[in-house]
Amino acid sequence: MSDESQRRFPEYDAGSYVGVDRPAGAAADVEAHPLRREVGGYVMGFALAIVLTIASFWVTRTNFIYGPALAVALLVLAVAQMGVHLVFFLHITTDPDNTNNVLALAFGVLIVCLVVFGSIWVMIHMNQNMMPMPMDKMLQMQP
Amino acid sequence: MSTEVMRAPTDPYHLGHRSAAAGAPPQATGHAAGGPAPKRIVVGYGFWIFLLSDVIIFASLFATYSVLFKATAGGPTAQQLYDLDNTALETAFLLTSTFTCGLASIAVGHRNQKWTQIALLCTGVLGAAFITLEVREFVSFIARGAGPSRSAFLSSFFTLVGCHGAHVTAGLLWLGTMMAQFYAKGFRTDIRHRFLCFTLFWHALDIIWVAIFSLVYLVGTLPAEFLP
Repeated sequence: MSDESQRRFPEYDAGSYVGVDRPAGAAADVEAHPLRREVGGYVMGFALAIVLTIASFWVTRTNFIYGPALAVALLVLAVAQMGVHLVFFLHITTDPDNTNNVLALAFGVLIVCLVVFGSIWVMIHMNQNMMPMPMDKMLQMQP
Repeated sequence: MSTEVMRAPTDPYHLGHRSAAAGAPPQATGHAAGGPAPKRIVVGYGFWIFLLSDVIIFASLFATYSVLFKATAGGPTAQQLYDLDNTALETAFLLTSTFTCGLASIAVGHRNQKWTQIALLCTGVLGAAFITLEVREFVSFIARGAGPSRSAFLSSFFTLVGCHGAHVTAGLLWLGTMMAQFYAKGFRTDIRHRFLCFTLFWHALDIIWVAIFSLVYLVGTLPAEFLP
């Protein structure tokens, strides 16, 4: 079944057939999984990841991006690189075999955003509502 | 299989791809038309669910870190501690190891023992180099009086980055197990399923590291007036 669907959708095959069942010792179906395209997919992902990584390190050392926007720029670059990793390395694609994985990922992203942004939002408001503490009290609380 | 009965309207929500022929039966495994999904799909899905729960744990650690970032209790700050050259080297090691792990999965697909072992060995060596750099960084922090007990900021830093390091260490043990099993038992189906889970684990760890080097190290060393 899986071999058949792989042959029917060769354009979606980015080398994610690690678990395809095949009798032990049987020759690799080279025609269905050309080595060059598989390696090419990983090389492409690796190259994109390197470019995005270098961009992240580079923007912090130059004035290319307006200073107060740097944190957001780094967040955007990080999310872009995570997308590259998901597509090229984890093979989260629009393949029909992947529908469940995509939906699980969407739910995971929802929970991550709720936890991270919810915590930051709540704690910023908590800090603003706290009474300023005198310096001598603050020193007493230190270990 | 009776295609007359199975005929379905063309995929209205683009959830799965249909064959080009109009009115062809659905081919997506998730649509219960082609029988149950193959085992490797089910195994990958189950492990993916676990990885997402792991990501949620890391999300809570990221939230803790960002909330406590300025709670340095008069101790050293991120700007004083972080060494970006070290972080860049760690990133290079882990990113390359994720790439060689992908090459190993290609070699497994082609049932090539030699290249499987070579690619996995490269992955392991690069992962071990990453861990070495991270441990060295932690040791230097502690030697400078910036251990996890110094401030809330440092507690959250060591928890977040250390949790990732613990995952990589566990991944290295798993990697060694996979190399031994491929060597001793060959490309058996169950072992390939284990290896599929391992590649997912290793690639997911690199995704977490992308968030750590960007949002912990790079954002942490920005000048204070640039931070929100």
